[in-house]
Formats: sequence, C-alpha cells, structure tokens
Amino acid sequence: MAYSSKLLDYFENPRCAGELPDANAIGEVSNPVCGDVMKLWLKVADNRIVDARFKTQGCSAAIATSSYATEMIIGMTLSQARAVTREEIAEALGGLPQSKMHCSVLASDAIRTALKDFK
Amino acid sequence: MRRIYLDSNATTPMRPEVAAAMIPLFSEDFGNPSSIHWFGQQAKSLLDEARQQVARLVNAESSEIVFVSGGTEADNLAIRGIAESQKAKGRHIITSKIEHHAVLHTCKDLEKQGWEVTWLNVSPDGLVDPEAVRQAIRPDTVLITIMHANNEIGSIQPIEEIGAIAMQADVYFHSDGVQSTGKIPVDVKKLQVDLYSISAHKIHGPKGVGALYVRKGTPVKPLMTGGGHERNRRSGTENVAGIVGFGRAAQLARERLESETEEMRQLRDRLESGLKARIPSIHINAEKAPRLPNTSNIMVDFAEGEGLVISLDLKGVAVSTGSACSSGSLEPSHVLTAIGKTPDEAHGSLRFSLNAMNTVEDVDYVLEILPGIVERLRELSPYYKRA
Repeated sequence: MAYSSKLLDYFENPRCAGELPDANAIGEVSNPVCGDVMKLWLKVADNRIVDARFKTQGCSAAIATSSYATEMIIGMTLSQARAVTREEIAEALGGLPQSKMHCSVLASDAIRTALKDFK
Repeated sequence: MRRIYLDSNATTPMRPEVAAAMIPLFSEDFGNPSSIHWFGQQAKSLLDEARQQVARLVNAESSEIVFVSGGTEADNLAIRGIAESQKAKGRHIITSKIEHHAVLHTCKDLEKQGWEVTWLNVSPDGLVDPEAVRQAIRPDTVLITIMHANNEIGSIQPIEEIGAIAMQADVYFHSDGVQSTGKIPVDVKKLQVDLYSISAHKIHGPKGVGALYVRKGTPVKPLMTGGGHERNRRSGTENVAGIVGFGRAAQLARERLESETEEMRQLRDRLESGLKARIPSIHINAEKAPRLPNTSNIMVDFAEGEGLVISLDLKGVAVSTGSACSSGSLEPSHVLTAIGKTPDEAHGSLRFSLNAMNTVEDVDYVLEILPGIVERLRELSPYYKRA
C-alpha cells in the first residue's frame, strides 16, 4: 500500500466530516488536475476558528487530507489557519506518493477560500 | 483476511498444472533449444509442443506462432514490423482511440517518425464501426490495428468484419488479442487477421511470455538482431520455462473455454444485477455491446474510483479503476473518454474482471460490502443528496 496507516485511518474514519449549520464562512474548491471537490464550513468567533466540518468527493488521499486539515485548524487563529501549507498536511499523514501530492492542495486551498468568505 | 481477486484483466493467478509443468525446466530440462545435443533437443521438443498448444488455442499453424516476452512486445513486433517492412509502399496506419497503451504509444511513436495515423472513434458502447475502417483506407495504408476486446470495458470489436475489409483492400491487419484469448473463442482464420497478439499471464500462465501469430507470408521486420531464433522473427534464446507454462495454460484454456466462459458470465451477471439492485445511481459501461464474459466496468455517481478501490482493498477485494486519481498521469482513462464519458463520470469508474477460479462467494462478498462503501463515500460528497 502506497499510503501510511495514519492516512488510511483518516480515510476510513474521517474526523470532522459533515456540514456545519451555523457556519459563518464556507469555502468550496475543486482540484483542476483530477476533479476532486472539497467544501469546508467554518465557525469563526473572536478571530479564531471554533469549529469546522468538511465534505469531499475525491480519492482516499483527498479525503484523508481534508479531514486532517479540518481537524487541525479548529482552535487556530485566522492567520495561523491561513499559513497552513499543503506540505505540512501531507507530511503529518506520513507523506504522499509523488503522484498524489496534488491532493493535499485541495485542503489548503479550501481553508484559504473559506477564510476569504469570512467578512 | 480473506482476499478476493477480481482484477483478472490485469493479470491472472497461474493454474497449478501450469506451475507444475514449468518446474522441470528449472532443473533437469535446462537445455538451449538451439543446441544439437540431447539437452538441447529435449528443450526443443518441449518448445515445439508448447508452440502447438498455443497454435491450437487460436487455430493457427505451429510455424505461425512467434514467442515473445509478452503482449507489449507482440504489439510492437506486429506494428513496427509491418511499418518497417512496408514503408516503401506507404506510411499510413489505421487504429482506434481505445487501444491498449502498447498499441497506442507505438502508433504515437510512429507518428513522430513520420507515419500518419488515423485514430478511429468508437460508439458510446465502445465499438469500432467497420464502415469507418473501410472509409479510412487509403492507397498508402499499410496496416490496420484494432484490438479484439477492450481491457477496461470489455467491448468486443467486429474483427471478422474488419478482417474481411482489410483482406479485400489488401492491407495487413493486426489485432491485439491479449484480453480476448482464453475468454472467448478465437480463430485467426475466421477472423482473417494477419497478426494477433497473445499474452500468457492473462490466461493463467506465467508473466514475461506471450506470442504473436504471424500468418504465413506476412513480412514482419524483427525488432532485434541476433541469432535468428523463431524463424528469424525474434532473436534471443527462448524463455523455455515460460513458454512451456504458456503452452500448458493455452491447452487448459482451450479445453475449459466453453464451461469457464459460461461460469464467468454467470458470476459477472450475478454481480451486475446484484449491484444494480443494491446501489442506486450506477451505470454499466458497454452494457449493450458484445462484451467479454468476465468484465464489468461500472460508474458510480458521487463517489471516486480510487477511494472505492482503496476501500475495497482494505476489506480484501482487489479491483481497479479508470479514475484520474489512480493514474500517474492524472488523466482519466482514454477509453472512458473515447466512449464519451466526462472526466467527472470517469472519476467514479470501477472495473471488476473475473477469472474461472472466482466463486459465487467472492461475488456475494462484494455485493455485501460495496453498498456500504459507496454509501459512506457518498455521504462525504458535498454534492450527494440522499434519495
């Protein structure tokens, strides 16, 4: 298997999956390379992400990185969340095969897109 | 964990009889078939027997079978061999948009070297129109190469009709028979092909060996120079062990073809009707076309193929997908694109390919676990609304 057991765990048992009815920032992005789609709901209060949920239609790496990124930004300040990189997400899940590196861009893009939505 | 293998268009397990036939070749029967002494002649007679077994499977003469390293080499030898030998006559080749990469990339390479290639479209069911072949033929056409059965969706091309057209136009005709051989009856004389590729490991034989049927008198320029083995068509000391295994696999495929074809078809149909009954919004590719009895290519809306493959693998079931997410190139399968599927549709493709060793229990296990896997992935999709 080309994936780490941690990544497979986040794929099989995704944390923070679902929608957030009281979200005040929503971002939806699609990966132009392979067509994967991610939607991210954020609840922001006092310049901080207090809750987050995601939905992703995509491969195992896309789902796992979506889930991990959503979980990690809860509790972060907006500037901290904005600074999350795709490399960081991929590395935290034990790295991705070269051909799957583009999958992690979905999550980092979704975070930035959702934050842009927050006014 | 229980492991179920449903990826037999990729490769098949060797039959025990095949492995057993190969064993002596690794010890006492080690001779070089080109040697005139006892050891060599012993190997030679095994080679001859295997050649006859492979020839019989496709109704060819023994002398028309050239052993090579596999399907890819067979395709290369056929296409480049004719292109090279016929280049004074013309440099035009006709093929389809759904060929295996061994044909597709070989034709692309020839295009770069100055040959012209006509890439025929296929119908939404994955079929080449023989009339389109006829119309594509020009005075400088030297080769038509159309696969017999497609590896991804299983559609079976009207090879006999195309063969008649090629014969009438006096153009050499190659067909990649890697997926069809051993799954449906193949008769090279009836098909009127001049060249036909076969791979051993797709018919429960070993990897690293295949054959090209070369109809008597067809001028194929060898790819390699050397000792002139295989009647000057493929130099290099023969892979005797592999070839003997191939021969045995071919013999067993021929003996069991009728019963195994029917068994596979029943399992495949059980799988498809079961999936349709249990999972809403799925579509079967090439469903209405003449199709290999072992192949089922489905598209699942609101789920992605690579995720489905990994989920099934985690539960012990091996299948494959044409989704961009599983390929190194990040492009969806050229076959699904050619039958008119959008990248989005191809995204959710799943290929099941069975072999004669699969059981009802294998299929029922998939029917038991796949609905839950699909539902789980759909629940994660931002676009999916539960019915």
